[in-house]
Amino acid sequence: MPVSLTNSKLIYETLKECDIRLVSALPETWLVHLIRLTDEDPEMTLLRLAKEEEAVGISAGAHFAGIKSAMLMQNHGFMASINGIVSFAHLYKIPLLMLISYRGTFGERDPWQTQGGNATEPLLRALGIPYFFLDQVEAVKKRIRHAQTLAESSLQPVAVLLTRDLMWEE
Amino acid sequence: MLRLDCLRSVYSELENYLVVTIMGAVAAELHSLGHRPNFFYLQHAMGLASSTGLGLALCLPERSVIVFDGDGSLLMNLGSLTTMARYRPRNLVHVVFDNESLLSVGGFPTATSAGTDLEGIARAAGIPRAVTVRSVENFRTALADAAHSNELTTIIAKVEATGPSGYITDLSLLENRFQFRRHIQSLKKS
Repeated sequence: MPVSLTNSKLIYETLKECDIRLVSALPETWLVHLIRLTDEDPEMTLLRLAKEEEAVGISAGAHFAGIKSAMLMQNHGFMASINGIVSFAHLYKIPLLMLISYRGTFGERDPWQTQGGNATEPLLRALGIPYFFLDQVEAVKKRIRHAQTLAESSLQPVAVLLTRDLMWEE
Repeated sequence: MLRLDCLRSVYSELENYLVVTIMGAVAAELHSLGHRPNFFYLQHAMGLASSTGLGLALCLPERSVIVFDGDGSLLMNLGSLTTMARYRPRNLVHVVFDNESLLSVGGFPTATSAGTDLEGIARAAGIPRAVTVRSVENFRTALADAAHSNELTTIIAKVEATGPSGYITDLSLLENRFQFRRHIQSLKKS
């Protein structure tokens, strides 16, 4: 599978360094290694969800409990979570670290992903969610760390878009 | 059976739990009995109270967590039953007040008014213990049994579709949220 194991490991190590101890996830091709690494780590709790919006509640519970968490999902999963993001995370000032695989943009071969690719950034902007891209290996550690720092200091959801350049090897 | 009577019947025991409620009548009625710092009222985001309780229970395995859910909220996030069942924290009790109605928006009947059986759905989702109760006495007993069973339990409490005249309390959402988190952090230190 041409999903980058090296870069998935790099992202995972950074999550550990950020003291993340709980990860909620729904499978998607680009996330397979990240989810497996989480599952195999006894220091990490992985929650496999039925729908991504559940992760907003789970991360809120973890925040109340004093545990740092992250959400792994596809951009379509982000879209499926929007009510939770607005009427829980924004309303109650809950920090969320959302790692979102950015499908449906340049280079996408799957026709079914393309509409979501168009809508992702306009939606993030409309919701006022700070976001940036993870597209260069050398920036991974710093950007994830900075995203988490902002989420925790501002008590709001922050999105990191995992791009094809980083996640896919072909 | 009235939801308020159910809540009143177990109010003193709620001291031992971290409590998460849904919005509307459940939040307003519990608040009317007397707010405590271990109560969190999720005043929107329908469906996510159970997910919040799951997150709390998994992160704080030595604390008891109770969620006061409703039929309308649970029907919006039925997948949550499957996630709860998958991780089945022993310290979580999931109460669903089923009034067969979206009461706070004017009484729109939910699918449970037309035969949908939430206990059956919970059981089939894999929740280890699922019961339905129709009297305050049975509600009290079901909660005590759930606590003693040391297993994830969903209690469907069939209640009348009546509630308070208003839902706004004098507790701001953010005050509630910060107080709840601070309370949990103080428990961890003690």
